[in-house]
Amino acid sequence: MTRLKLKSTVGQKNGPLSPCCPASKQDLPAWVYGAVTTPAGPVLKVSTGLTGKDYWEHFKCRTTSFRNNYTVNPGLYAVGDPDKNSDVLVSSNYKYSFDILRRELNGLNVWVLVLDTKGINVWCAAGKGTFGTNELIGRIARVRLKEIVDHRRLIVPQLGAPGVSAYKVKQAAGFHVLFGPVLAKDLPAYIAAGHKATESMRKIGFSILDRLVLTPLELSPVMKKFILFTIFVFAVFGLTPSGIIFRDAISGGLPFVLLGFVSVIAGALLTPLLLPVIPFRSFAIKGWLVGLLSVYVSMKLFPMLDQQNILLIIIVYLFFPLVSSYLALLFTGSTTFTGMTGVKKELGISVPLYLGGTAISLIILVIYKLGEWRII
Amino acid sequence: MKYLSNVVSLKIIPELCVGCGTCLEVCPHKVFEMRDGKAAILDRDRCMECGACAGNCAFGAIEVDKGVGCASAIIHSLIYGGEPVCGCEGDSSGNKGCC
Ligand code: SF4
Ligand code: SF4
Repeated sequence: MTRLKLKSTVGQKNGPLSPCCPASKQDLPAWVYGAVTTPAGPVLKVSTGLTGKDYWEHFKCRTTSFRNNYTVNPGLYAVGDPDKNSDVLVSSNYKYSFDILRRELNGLNVWVLVLDTKGINVWCAAGKGTFGTNELIGRIARVRLKEIVDHRRLIVPQLGAPGVSAYKVKQAAGFHVLFGPVLAKDLPAYIAAGHKATESMRKIGFSILDRLVLTPLELSPVMKKFILFTIFVFAVFGLTPSGIIFRDAISGGLPFVLLGFVSVIAGALLTPLLLPVIPFRSFAIKGWLVGLLSVYVSMKLFPMLDQQNILLIIIVYLFFPLVSSYLALLFTGSTTFTGMTGVKKELGISVPLYLGGTAISLIILVIYKLGEWRII
Repeated sequence: MKYLSNVVSLKIIPELCVGCGTCLEVCPHKVFEMRDGKAAILDRDRCMECGACAGNCAFGAIEVDKGVGCASAIIHSLIYGGEPVCGCEGDSSGNKGCC
């Protein structure tokens, strides 16, 4: 395979197979550094090194909605100097996943077939079906893979299996799908072993680090709602028959806002982190327990609330653990072992409790306010 | 880690199973084992209903109610209709990015 000068590939009639025909060199991403000629046209070469910019973008993916539009163009790419016998790895077009993949391919000569998964990672896209049998079959034809490789094997990440029916791909496209390891970092060993995955390569882990990395995703949307909660609390406590009094708003409201914050941290951060050691399998119960305990400890450590007022105490212990419970339940979306039937069952039981608990808390709050105003 | 016990919708139809072993290979939670030349469920509580096994059994010997075990996706589908799927795009889906 000869290397082409980029200039000559991009202007060409056929265009490179990889992304759809960038008009000039400036349009090519920094991680592309050349092209490989194939009977089906040139294929862009991608580097296996990640830059500071890549890592910064990854950080933004973890913390903001930046990830919603972080893609590479679907198509075929080359890593190293692949030829007719080189393996074909299938990937999603979420740039983050693509980066992790190419980083692990250093020193290998392989093809990477990027499916159009709308910028979603393999696992989620496979659940949706965008990383799926039909897209794969279509993509094989679009890039004319049969003219580029002599063999008929594809390595699909194990986590793509929910979307890809290997036997259907074989029937329709003639390619034999091999399910590779769960993690990209095991790919070199998998290929070196003659496409054999060890049992551990096939299992999804869920380490404390995995969970820690996921919690910012949990926290950031909640924090937006937390601002609304804060405004509501200050308004309620500041409200008097003679208008809103700022001092009352702060002194009465602040403990509630702080306890609210504690319950958010308990549900969206502590519960995910301590998941395996908290008793019970139900996420709702786990979150409720951690929330209850956190609220209790906060109340003891900082006796900020009027501890005499039984109404406020009831609200604190009724409402805030439910918040933690709900947030913990939302974390099921980030786990690798919760199934839909189980989550539905939990929701069926807990949502009425959440709504009921919130309603009762509001009623008690009204009674408290009326008492404060000496109406009752 | 395991989730709730005995809720999973996974089912093997032994009469259809030819013992090809594909389901053992694709399952990321080692739910199956081979018993007397047929696939059998080793530990159903480990199943997360991803559907990989059913989709890859060429003999239709596995049934599972495939879906995402994600509370916000399910809540979203209950409110707005449709199948619960990972809400990775758009803010409207109340998503928290399962990715
Ligand atoms: S994939 Fe189907 S036929 Fe093959 S072992 Fe599993 S259940 Fe049996
Ligand atoms: S649905 Fe997924 S987790 Fe459950 S048995 Fe099948 S492959 Fe394994």
